[in-house]
Amino acid sequence: MSISATFGKAKAEGRSVLVGCMPAGFPTVDDSIASMVAMAEAGCDVIEVELPYSDPVMDGPVIQKASDIALANGVRTRDTLRIIEAVAGAGATVVLMTYWNPIERYGVDAFARDLAAAGATGMITPDLIPDEAGEWIAAADRYGIDRTFLVSPSSTDDRLAMTVANCRGFVYATALMGVTGARTSVSSQAPELVARVRAVDPEMPVGVGLGVGTGAQAAEVAAFADGVIVGSALIRCVLEAPDLATGHQRLRALSAELAEGVRSGAPS
Amino acid sequence: MTAEALPDLAGHFGRYGGRFVPEALVRALDELDAAYREAKNDPVFQDRFHGLLRDYAGTPSLLYRAERLSEALGAEILLKREDLNHTGAHKVRNVLGQALLAKRMGKPRVIAETGAGQHGVASATAAALLDLECVVYMGETDTERQALNVARMRMLGATVVPVTNGSRTLKDALNEALRDWVASVDTTHYLLGTAAGPHPFPEIVRDFVGGIGTEAREQCLTQLGRLPDAIAACVGGGSNAIGIFHAFVPDQQVRLYGFEAGGDGVETGRHAASITGGSAGVLHGARTYVLQDEDGQTVESHSISAGLDYPGVGPEHAWLHDTGRAAYEPVTDDEAMAAFQLLCRTEGIIPAIESAHALAGAARIAPRLAAELGRTPTIVVNLSGRGDKDVHTAGAYFGILDQVETIVPGENS
Repeated sequence: MSISATFGKAKAEGRSVLVGCMPAGFPTVDDSIASMVAMAEAGCDVIEVELPYSDPVMDGPVIQKASDIALANGVRTRDTLRIIEAVAGAGATVVLMTYWNPIERYGVDAFARDLAAAGATGMITPDLIPDEAGEWIAAADRYGIDRTFLVSPSSTDDRLAMTVANCRGFVYATALMGVTGARTSVSSQAPELVARVRAVDPEMPVGVGLGVGTGAQAAEVAAFADGVIVGSALIRCVLEAPDLATGHQRLRALSAELAEGVRSGAPS
Repeated sequence: MTAEALPDLAGHFGRYGGRFVPEALVRALDELDAAYREAKNDPVFQDRFHGLLRDYAGTPSLLYRAERLSEALGAEILLKREDLNHTGAHKVRNVLGQALLAKRMGKPRVIAETGAGQHGVASATAAALLDLECVVYMGETDTERQALNVARMRMLGATVVPVTNGSRTLKDALNEALRDWVASVDTTHYLLGTAAGPHPFPEIVRDFVGGIGTEAREQCLTQLGRLPDAIAACVGGGSNAIGIFHAFVPDQQVRLYGFEAGGDGVETGRHAASITGGSAGVLHGARTYVLQDEDGQTVESHSISAGLDYPGVGPEHAWLHDTGRAAYEPVTDDEAMAAFQLLCRTEGIIPAIESAHALAGAARIAPRLAAELGRTPTIVVNLSGRGDKDVHTAGAYFGILDQVETIVPGENS
């Protein structure tokens, strides 16, 4: 299902979309496929596959550690494409989250082509702003990949409007100033940021990331956002489990809890 | 477009530079850019900056004609004595400029990354002088190797945070400083240590250290009555090199040479030569030359010189390389250490191992230039820092630390 269709379906059901993030190849290629399929089965509407990168400046310690493990175990860019193909093949809606250098290295046009062929519907670029994205925007359009840029509480009105205008599928709102990682409370800056995006483009779905770790927090975010993006808390299920089977149990349980959360938040 | 006019308004040097950063940092970078442009044209700011450079840092640094070294190398060698600056390197120019800028922007806190600790010490120094809170990120591996510099920073009132992610070295310290900045940007200025990173840092740092080149150019005209044939500088991130190059870029007859850290040799893969041994990519906020694998993952760098041990380089160097205005060559650890020893023995100056790369490069190009020009060439070498910090490394390299320990009374006569 496309990103727009996924958001449209959730909206029709009066709820928010649950986006679950997992690094490709963590801890191995096959294990990460199993984790992502489990997340999708247990209620994640969108699987956000993160391409592991050596210098992830936007990520907190949990995603860094998982990415380091994946890289140490030898995951390659082509493995990430293979993982996307497997997870999309299992019926999930898949988007890729990636820092820019691996894409530039692969070749921007070739990557967009191969990403589309693998079945991903969109790509999130945490360190690529539209100002530098001319080549990516052209390639994404050519192969029908939705491009998601980030907006931040510090974005000026002009930048926010420009960024939203360059997004397709959905906008990623970073709910607070800081890197990824579960937090005990959801930022008060988030509702305001979502409202600012809506003021610019009422039709563009807004996903809120950074900080959500429980069903209650998911419900809280679902009350004002179209999508709830969860990364670190899900990854920790696997990272801190004594074995993979336990990790997947925890992953399913948390995914289900979060899925319940996005359904109990008052839709905006 | 002429070199002097670069970067463009978005921070591009040709295809290099720019901003590859999270959106969360863009406003801070825009504010920094605006504040810098105001400060650049504000005589009060410029007076304060140049006053501190003169009265506190001890610049202009001397341009010294090294007679015995010149004889040994068959060239007229002039040393730009940045090693005599307060804190012992060119870096004091950058930190004073940026700390004044932080003050001007009303930011009470500065953060910095450091490898061996030189930029950390310089940042802590400027922060102490200007009453700013200072937090320095340093790879855990480096905090262990450079315990004395950690102590120096703490004496100066800075907080040193050991970074335990990734390879636990400079690039990880830089990542961690960027993460801090994403979360603290309202109150914090990121005092970046080299002419790299997202726009406007490469331009700001270049301008703050640019006095090296304008001074050297004037000194050449006064002391020699002419410009030199060549400039030699070491290149890690590239701040001392861009600092001395910039004023000479329009002088086409002055050859510009940047010497990268060749480590064990570029062919071994164990080096830090981003331009001569790397490829174009994006790292730490800019498009430039980087050490990377087939998938664009950053490859760890290696150099005997901690200050050059970085897998990227400032974007203006990438551009100067591609346009051919400057030439870049790798210098191995062994070549650098031979030059280190030569300077110690001929001039009584212990250079930073970083600067020894520039000396080794000058030794290499001297006969080449002599042949080409048909006369003795004049080469200005940027002696970017002093070697006190490197005594342990150099002592171990030359195997002379053991000698001190094993001297037995009665046996050393």
